[in-house]
Amino acid sequence: MNRILNLIPTKKASFYFFIITMLFFYAPLFILIVFSFNSSKNISWAGFSLKWYKELFFNSSSLWNSFGNTIIVALTSAIVSTVIGTLGAIGIYWYKFKFKKYIEIVSYLPLILPEIIIGVSLLIFFSGIKLQLGLFTIFLAHVTFNLPYVLLIVMARLSEFDYSILEAAYDLGAREIDTLLKVIIPMSLPGIISGFLIAVTLSLDDFVITFFVTGPGSSTLPLHIYSMIRFGVSPVINALSVVLIAGSIILAISSKGLYKYMFSK
Amino acid sequence: MKIFKKKNYGQIYTAPLMFWITVFFVIPILIIFVFSFLKKSYTGGVLPQFSLDAYGALANPQFVKVVLKTLFISIVASIFTVLLAIPTSYYIARSKYKDILLFLIIIPFWTNFLIRIYAWIAILGNNGFVNNFLINIGLIEEHVQLLYNQWAVIIVIVYAYLPFAILPLYSTIEKFDFSLLEAARDLGATKFQSIMKVMIPNIKPGITTAVLFTFIPAFGNYAIPEIVGGKDSVMVGNIIANQLRVVRNWPLSASISVVLTVLTTIGVLLFVQLNKSKTDEIRKIKEDV
Repeated sequence: MNRILNLIPTKKASFYFFIITMLFFYAPLFILIVFSFNSSKNISWAGFSLKWYKELFFNSSSLWNSFGNTIIVALTSAIVSTVIGTLGAIGIYWYKFKFKKYIEIVSYLPLILPEIIIGVSLLIFFSGIKLQLGLFTIFLAHVTFNLPYVLLIVMARLSEFDYSILEAAYDLGAREIDTLLKVIIPMSLPGIISGFLIAVTLSLDDFVITFFVTGPGSSTLPLHIYSMIRFGVSPVINALSVVLIAGSIILAISSKGLYKYMFSK
Repeated sequence: MKIFKKKNYGQIYTAPLMFWITVFFVIPILIIFVFSFLKKSYTGGVLPQFSLDAYGALANPQFVKVVLKTLFISIVASIFTVLLAIPTSYYIARSKYKDILLFLIIIPFWTNFLIRIYAWIAILGNNGFVNNFLINIGLIEEHVQLLYNQWAVIIVIVYAYLPFAILPLYSTIEKFDFSLLEAARDLGATKFQSIMKVMIPNIKPGITTAVLFTFIPAFGNYAIPEIVGGKDSVMVGNIIANQLRVVRNWPLSASISVVLTVLTTIGVLLFVQLNKSKTDEIRKIKEDV
């Protein structure tokens, strides 16, 4: 057995595995893209057509409505979680205070708990305090699951921070608020921006938690896609997928470009 | 280096975080815990009476079966994921084009989570790509049911969480000193031995992270079995949702959530501890040398 395994050239074998992984990752997306241009509803080729795109752009107002909701929730929840998370990271990293251990442990717990637990507990909580389920409860839930990620990313950035710069600021007579606004925040901006972007991404993508805390009439794009899938395979979803894939690639590349432009000299 | 000065500023900085996490995370989790010990109300919700009914119901063999099935699906999916992730990240780490290859791994995952699951419905469904292809080449005559079973769930879980296994593995393999493999070969180890006895123990932290990143989301999964699963692949997450939203037995839903939380936490702690002691051993041996 050992001898046979020895004959396998490691580099080549790992190359085959890499190819399998790539096929596994890209084949599904490729099929979605190809069949979004198919004129038949079935997944067998019947000729080129743009009718599913026409349907998507001109005949799917509820879908675009959900899309708008998703953007609103993603931006607001990312802004709030970035502000709270950044301040929290600064406090935890540099200061000693009451209940520090509690906040350190509890803030990371949402990372390891299954999403459904957060969804279920928030649903029970919101109905307990008689809060009307809708976009606002979705916003509250999204801030909650975004916080640990922002905290982690900003903390990582703070750990690269040269503390003597802060000491210099204090020695020169800067007040706490000046140090925060003019030294700490500008210097940890790359971390804060990555935290914000991760929060936007997670929020745009979330299905499970949103599914639990949503109310009648307030759908987000993932919830809308879910209900479309429930109705069965529809080529409109294929067209939507292509638009979303293209959109997210453009967004990612441009944000990477912007990031480079801002932080490299 | 940390300097702790002017103590009350820490309180001010963390006050919003403290408030938010306590109100929207800790209190809801505590409520679930309390609810799991209450009596169910027939109108949905709970009655303020202590009861162990919800935990008694967990002894039901039907439920035990679901837990075992959930374990089975998540273990098999984690094994497949790690088996695919190790050689893939090994290849990326040794390639000249690391950055581009890593980018290729990440791109598909900018797509919406549900779209990625939907892609598999388009492939495996009765009218899907695989079925049509097999019928067209004449291998089968009727549609074969490929979706709505546990294997479809396992495939989609592997698909969804593979990148989260590849990234940590890549970063540990990349730091691995490959000359150690040559040293092992020079000392008479076979190629296979050098990989199994030198490389694998050295990249253990990466393997641990990879397993955790697959197993945790798989074990508590709700969406994937809901969309591509069937009768044979009902998982714990589905039971929680069903009890809450359909049966409206809140205490039972709460008690299952508590069990899921406890199991996940114990699993994570055990796994981390187990691996810590092993990597500590390796570190000690290294220091001795």
